[in-house]
Amino acid sequence: MLFLIIKRILLGFITLFIVSIITFVGTEILPGDACTTYLERQAFGEQLEACYRRLGLNVPAYERYVSWALNAIQGDFGYSLSGEMPIKEVLGPRIKNSLVLASAAIFIGIPIALILGIITALWRDKLPDVAISTVTIFAMTIPEFISATLLILIIAIWLEWLPGIVIVPTDVSFLELLPNIILPVVAIAMIMTAHMARMVRSSVIQVMASEYVQMAILKGVPYWKMVFKHVLPNALLPAINVVALTIAWLLGGVVVTEVVFNYPGLGRLVIESISNRDLPTVQALAIILASIYVSINLLADLLTLMLNPRLKTLQIRK
Amino acid sequence: MTEMIQKVKNLSIGFRSKKGEEILILKNITTNIKKGETVGIVGESGSGKSTLALAMMGYVKHGLYTIGGECQFNSSNLLKMKSKDLEKIRGRKIAMIPQNAGQALTPNLKIGYQIDEALQLHSDLEEKEREKKISELLNKVRLPSPETIALRYPHELSGGQQQRVAVAMALAGTPDLLLLDEPTTGLDVTTQAHVLELLNFIAKDTGTSMVYVSHDLGAIAQVSDRIIVMYSGEIVLEGPSRDILKKPIHPYTHGLLKSIPKLSLAGLPESMPGSQPQPGTIQGGCSFFDRCNFSDENCKSNSPKLEFLKDLNTSVRCFNYEKLVNENQVSQTINKIKNKSQDKEILNLSEVSISYAKQKLLDQVFNRISDDNPTVKDININIKKGETIALVGESGSGKSTILKSIAGLLRTKDGLIRFDENRNLSSDLRERDPNDLRIIQLIFQNPDESLNPNHTVEEIIAQPLKLYFGLKGEELKKNIIDLLQKVRLGEFYTSRYPRQLSGGEKQRVAVARAFAAKPDIILCDEVTSALDVSVQAAVLNLLQQLKEDFGTTYIFVSHDLAVVRAISDRVAVLYQGRLCEVGPSNDVYKFPSHPYTEVLLGAVLEPDPDIKPKLVAEDIVEERPPEKGCSFQGRCSRIVGDICKKEIPPWQLTESGNAIRCHIPIKELQKEQF
Amino acid sequence: MKLDNIYKEEKKSTYAKLSEIIITMASKPSGLIGLTILVFHIILAFISPYIAPHDFKAIDPTLMLQAPSAEYWFGTDDLGRDVFTRTILGGRTALTITFFGSLIALLWGGLLGIFCGLVGGKIDDVVMRIVDAFLSIPWILAMLLIVSLLGTSTEVLIPALGFFYGKGIVRVARAATHDVIAKDFIVSARARGHSNFAIIWNEIIPNVRDAILVEGAMRWSWMLLGFSSLSFLGFGVSPPTPDWGLMISNARGLMSFAYWAVIAPIVGLSSLIIGINLTADAFAKALGIDRSTKAPV
Repeated sequence: MLFLIIKRILLGFITLFIVSIITFVGTEILPGDACTTYLERQAFGEQLEACYRRLGLNVPAYERYVSWALNAIQGDFGYSLSGEMPIKEVLGPRIKNSLVLASAAIFIGIPIALILGIITALWRDKLPDVAISTVTIFAMTIPEFISATLLILIIAIWLEWLPGIVIVPTDVSFLELLPNIILPVVAIAMIMTAHMARMVRSSVIQVMASEYVQMAILKGVPYWKMVFKHVLPNALLPAINVVALTIAWLLGGVVVTEVVFNYPGLGRLVIESISNRDLPTVQALAIILASIYVSINLLADLLTLMLNPRLKTLQIRK
Repeated sequence: MTEMIQKVKNLSIGFRSKKGEEILILKNITTNIKKGETVGIVGESGSGKSTLALAMMGYVKHGLYTIGGECQFNSSNLLKMKSKDLEKIRGRKIAMIPQNAGQALTPNLKIGYQIDEALQLHSDLEEKEREKKISELLNKVRLPSPETIALRYPHELSGGQQQRVAVAMALAGTPDLLLLDEPTTGLDVTTQAHVLELLNFIAKDTGTSMVYVSHDLGAIAQVSDRIIVMYSGEIVLEGPSRDILKKPIHPYTHGLLKSIPKLSLAGLPESMPGSQPQPGTIQGGCSFFDRCNFSDENCKSNSPKLEFLKDLNTSVRCFNYEKLVNENQVSQTINKIKNKSQDKEILNLSEVSISYAKQKLLDQVFNRISDDNPTVKDININIKKGETIALVGESGSGKSTILKSIAGLLRTKDGLIRFDENRNLSSDLRERDPNDLRIIQLIFQNPDESLNPNHTVEEIIAQPLKLYFGLKGEELKKNIIDLLQKVRLGEFYTSRYPRQLSGGEKQRVAVARAFAAKPDIILCDEVTSALDVSVQAAVLNLLQQLKEDFGTTYIFVSHDLAVVRAISDRVAVLYQGRLCEVGPSNDVYKFPSHPYTEVLLGAVLEPDPDIKPKLVAEDIVEERPPEKGCSFQGRCSRIVGDICKKEIPPWQLTESGNAIRCHIPIKELQKEQF
Repeated sequence: MKLDNIYKEEKKSTYAKLSEIIITMASKPSGLIGLTILVFHIILAFISPYIAPHDFKAIDPTLMLQAPSAEYWFGTDDLGRDVFTRTILGGRTALTITFFGSLIALLWGGLLGIFCGLVGGKIDDVVMRIVDAFLSIPWILAMLLIVSLLGTSTEVLIPALGFFYGKGIVRVARAATHDVIAKDFIVSARARGHSNFAIIWNEIIPNVRDAILVEGAMRWSWMLLGFSSLSFLGFGVSPPTPDWGLMISNARGLMSFAYWAVIAPIVGLSSLIIGINLTADAFAKALGIDRSTKAPV
């Protein structure tokens, strides 16, 4: 058990290590380097030299990677080119804001998805299922920027219930932020919830068709007791991993949503730093976003390990 | 009048096809279950027997629906009952013991909880009493140390133990009627005999009525007072167990009993042609018409009614049953095996060991396998050209592992496999040349898995022909059709996909594919165990015929000793990857035998109420072979002393040339037979 | 119950099989709707240049932000261009790029997945670890980086999208291959001594093809979503070429008084994505594959 957990965590670190190499090599083989890309037409003479010196680009690539990686582990990602300040300081409030947004969406989304998924599975092919499933198909296929735009158009512009665009400084307190984040959270939660609900549905349906559920019925177990004791634990366990993957993948959507709402999070930073051709910041963002992805999956893995009696006792994976 | 516990009246259950036709799975079933009796329902897969058993609990599977009729329990129709009321009957009045307990126990709940749940639902016991009751129940089904078993999860138990838990769970509600749906199918022979014995004991002990559903007439014969034979969704014969087994008056049952291989008789049983029709394909007339030896014109157009014969106390659905009433015993006509095996040795296994152990890094570097206690060890067998040698044993005996090594799918750890005295086949298949691969062909257990579902029969059989002989065009086509004819399939099968064939037809295609390579040796891995009983004999007969035509050598792996008895010239008995006994099949089936052979033979279930299984050894599942001494020491009831634990037993030869590996002298083994 | 559709059918030509699949797909309302929408969009993409009533790039300051009228059915945008014209033309680039992108994704993802599933062991572990690592970088970050450095030409977008959306197919193909190679017919082919290539071609591909195709169809709708997002962020199609994502982004700022300019492309893009999605779902069901348990990775 302990061995498995350690193995999982190690694998996570290996993934991050590969990510760091990919981003490093990626920015290395693409035309231009951080300085020429950033300075564009002014990339010559003294200015370029100064930039090279500042970023330490005048040493061999592998040396730069090692020192960059060593610093990155300690949370030091070097200097942002555009902001002219340590990337660490740029990132701090942005991470906080994005986390608020994403976790709000996840915490609202998961219970709703569970309920919808279970309802649709238990009333399979009946009215509740058909109605909810139709809505979820729309919710999961429409891009975030469309649903976000429509939300702004309807709720903020036509109904004037909530502010449409977030106009707050980067480091506002949580309470001030709250009314501003409702629409972005809804936009993100919608697509996430729809996905998760679909997965829960099909997982529950699979378990409902199993022999042990038939056995529980033949044993005379009352319906709801059967659902809660025999069906859900077995249906939700395998769904954990898939849900985690979905959440992690949909984090990309957070970027778009933040841009639509002008929300000061990591997502907008991504766009800003890419527009400004600020490669050091882009590298830092890649590592940070990848770590979030890896940790969500790790968390799901550990949760599954802990909850699954089979894995607990057999110590076998796959 | 004896009291009826369950009355099934005119029950029809079916489903609607895509084209909107109503297709019947059960056709107008009427029968009664008396209080305290055990009724066996026997039929092949698709005969509707499980659907009938489930209907007796008021349960109809998703996709099926009740078309008419009722299942009366305490004079109320279960099929029309509300689920609230059904919950009070299911588990309390009528309980089910499922086919595959491994799948039927909820994986996330402990054994104790699952039994306790039944107790909570169906008894008024307090918590303390329930705790005691759980131990009692687990004790009753003879599970060792109930307290620890109760705390385990289903996957931590062996198949036999899971089945016992399912029995305990069913008994928790002290039901009046127990339904058993193939409760021993999928268990090893010895375990199966033990579970059956337990069920018999419970029937006597508690006096509950039982409905025992199975495809296996051997198991049915051991438990039931009365037998219902089903075919194509109909009851074709119903009557007292002894009469039905000894004097079946329906042609299907008659043929079925003749086609089951028996331990007591060497040679192949008579086979029945064709296979059971699919639901919805019968146009009118008797459903058994096209396979029947006693049919006439009347049978083709009119379907017979189930007729009750008072003097025989039997119901039969046949116009011509009288022809069978006068025929006495089931006369077992035996096709004598022509033993054409020559003295020339074709395959020799000497000191072969095989290991599944993972190679450590160092071993990978030196390309070796280090494992002191390999799965299979010290196998020495000489196989002569043209003979059929059978490897028998329970699951985990290493019989399939040995086949894989011969085929080159697994490399050997030690030892030599030699073909034709000089060609070394110890290497795995990547190192063998194409001709070495051609001479050995495999036939697998389950034709559903061994035929590519996306290829037509033609493409399947063409593969070895193209690979080994480079055939093309007309010549290829001609060869394929030849082969199909050899396995008794018509030319029109070429364009079919496996899913359009019945189980027996699929296995014939697999046989044709194996013979397409013109092999010297064919490895048969449980080739009949996935087939229906009535089809099994036909495939065995086909294999025998082809062998006589081509002079092929068979290495036949099976857990079924009666099948092995029917087809093989020689038998090798394996336990935990070690040989116990090797000899001509006539002698292995006679005493003296190795204690393990004795256990296996004792556990065989014969479709005869007079032959009861003999339970010699405990049914324990051993995970790995013992490090030292005799492989069977863990379960042997005849251990002579420390020597069994310390020393590998010597080979002893009997007069008839039967080799037994045991510390007990031959004379002693001879004496202690039953 | 699968019993009734099994018996007495003969080998069919590819054409017959295909038409049978389409008929099955269209036999359910959701599949029919999806197919209709998809076919409509594809036809529109082919004929729109010939039926467009106005010039899509004609800027006219006098016609800025006109409400819908008989002349301008969907009104005009902030530069006075006809929204209807731009909407019916707006899906062509996206549809073309994502279609070819999906093909590339199918090809490399499918082949690598089959390869990994077949060889297993250490090679499989290493390759999957690398695929996982690529997966953990948000696609949008990677795409933005590539596009900002290499430009937004078709030659960049198609392979880049194809590469990033092929990762999911690797997983599906690998899992499907894993399921298949355990089957006895593969063991049988190996025991006969067929080459690895023959085994992949004859035994594995026919059995994993359906799963991979379904995944590819799904991937198409995801890629369209991704591409439109890029476009929306200004990293996709370059103006003045009409594109839905870009149109939404441009018209968004003014939508409080000219909502028509944003609604039209929203309807266009949403309907296409839903159409592809419904079609892919129906396709999966017609082939008997349940893909709703899978993550969109």
